[in-house]
Amino acid sequence: MSTFSEKRAARRAEKRLEIEEAEAGFKLNKIKPVTNGVFNAMFAVLSFVCIFPFFFVLMLSVSSEQSLRTNGYALIPEEFSLAAYQFLWNEREMIFTSLLVSIVVTVLGTVIGVLLTTMMGYVLSRPQFKLRGFLQWVVFIPMIFTGGMVANYVVIANMLHLNDTIWCLTLPLAVSSWNVTISKTFFRQTIPDSIIESAKIDGASQLTIFSRIVVPISKPVFATVALFLTFGYWNDWLQAALYITKDNLRGLQPLLNQIMGQLQYLANNPSAGLSLQQYKASMPSESVRMAIAAIIVIPIACAYPFFQKYFISGLTVGAVKG
Amino acid sequence: MKNETAAVATEVKKRRKFTWTRDDSELALLGLPATIWFAVFAYLPMFGLIIAFKDFKLQPGKGFLASLFASDWAGFKNFNYFLTSNTFGMLLRNTLVYNVIFIILNLLIPVTLAIVINQLYSKIASKVYQTLMFFPYFMSWVVVSYFVYAFLSPDGGLFNLIIESTGGEGVMWYSQPKYWPFILVFMSTWKGMGYNMVVYLASITGIDTSLYEAAILDGATKWQQAWYITIPTIRPMIIMMFILNIGHIFYSDFGLFYQVTQHIPKPLEGVASTFDTYIYQALMSNASIGRTAAAGLFQSVCCCITVLITNAIVSKLDPDSAII
Repeated sequence: MSTFSEKRAARRAEKRLEIEEAEAGFKLNKIKPVTNGVFNAMFAVLSFVCIFPFFFVLMLSVSSEQSLRTNGYALIPEEFSLAAYQFLWNEREMIFTSLLVSIVVTVLGTVIGVLLTTMMGYVLSRPQFKLRGFLQWVVFIPMIFTGGMVANYVVIANMLHLNDTIWCLTLPLAVSSWNVTISKTFFRQTIPDSIIESAKIDGASQLTIFSRIVVPISKPVFATVALFLTFGYWNDWLQAALYITKDNLRGLQPLLNQIMGQLQYLANNPSAGLSLQQYKASMPSESVRMAIAAIIVIPIACAYPFFQKYFISGLTVGAVKG
Repeated sequence: MKNETAAVATEVKKRRKFTWTRDDSELALLGLPATIWFAVFAYLPMFGLIIAFKDFKLQPGKGFLASLFASDWAGFKNFNYFLTSNTFGMLLRNTLVYNVIFIILNLLIPVTLAIVINQLYSKIASKVYQTLMFFPYFMSWVVVSYFVYAFLSPDGGLFNLIIESTGGEGVMWYSQPKYWPFILVFMSTWKGMGYNMVVYLASITGIDTSLYEAAILDGATKWQQAWYITIPTIRPMIIMMFILNIGHIFYSDFGLFYQVTQHIPKPLEGVASTFDTYIYQALMSNASIGRTAAAGLFQSVCCCITVLITNAIVSKLDPDSAII
């Protein structure tokens, strides 16, 4: 009994010593307070540069059209006004359609993508699987050789006739070799073979094993892949630019893109039918455009600090080759 | 007896290796949806690239595929057209030069920042900086182009306001090519800086601290620690990012060039056109699809070759860091 407590005391002392040593080492290895101050100032400036444009656009979206026209894009709105958001609310049919399309595409695409990616990742992580070598090549080759934009366009628009459907917005982005590799590496490293073997002995099929055992214990990788996909879909405008001509299938990003395209068309062809004044009047005003940008950014700005760690874990897991 | 069990074991192993079990069928079934996806969206387009070798004309009354097969072979005519066109040299120069600059800057700046941010006293401050600097990565280029417009708008943008208030004359930013190389490089760095920094930081924080302790005992300065411990330890990560970037040297960040310049107005064509913007614009116009596909195939093949060459060089110099 006494030897036990003695041992514990000795261990505790040892630990304390270790901590002290580590602290001493850390102190010894610290940069000078002045350098620390300089570095902090540098990062404060960089952070400001990264975040400032967003606040600027937010400010512009709540400036009145009048003050934008007379004073230009001032940092602090001369005249505060919610007219842009009021306008969007009045035009809610257009905005809500776009918002709905963005949300549906994001959710549908993410669900399909996560399912396909993780199932494939799991299959590739099983060492005994006979087709593993073949499927690994199937996943790997697109990493170094792709058909490119034209070939994809030919397949999606001309062969499969998916243009102007929701599928051309969701399916082409659903799977990527990178995400499959991330999930494969994760399953390989975290799921012990013994669990799967014992489930098999109990008569479970691979589908049951995947849905009942693998999914519940692999939440981090699902979160990571889902996040990559969610941001990918929410931020995508290129698919819509390529394949969508109908207004009711245009998400928020494509809507912004289209507005910019029209402005550019106007700048390049000043005498294109309509007079400049008429055309300008038919376009959403500047604060309205900034307000649409703000609607896109605000959900991301609110959500991403919470999900950042999954992004980082995804990046570092993917970096392990296998 | 022992020999016998060993023989049985190898026999079982062999059989396991060559006989198709129920397990394999189930796994194949699980992998089937993604395999179909790869077949349709990754391999079918590769097959679709034969259009680059065809003199494609849509035959009246026939579907796309039938027309494709009925069209005459064009050999390398489409490639000749693209490679000898006036724009090709400009596109090649823009794509390669911008990418080289991006690769260098996106390596030097984030690695330096990652090493520095790791030295800060306050871990909370460091987390806050990381979060704020990560922000631009989550923005799409469409949204970023509106950010940029708020600064560069010729009537009322922040830059012109500042220039005019100090007595200067406003600049028509979107029609002055000379500024754009800098703007594009700045925007690329701005968007990728935080993300790349966090990637490198993740591998820096994984370094065993005892290495540094030993270095201090030997009297190493901060510089020496960074140069002899930190950088060599994160070298595999640096090399992997390098190979990935080199592999994309013939691709450009389409959104950066197309959106930030506001769909590449005429005056900026010479400084902001790359292979991708050229292909996109050709695809959206009535240009011959065979020629456009030839441009795309040229790009894909160049990329594939650069990846393989880089990887071969890396695996010669440092076998552990190669990705293939």
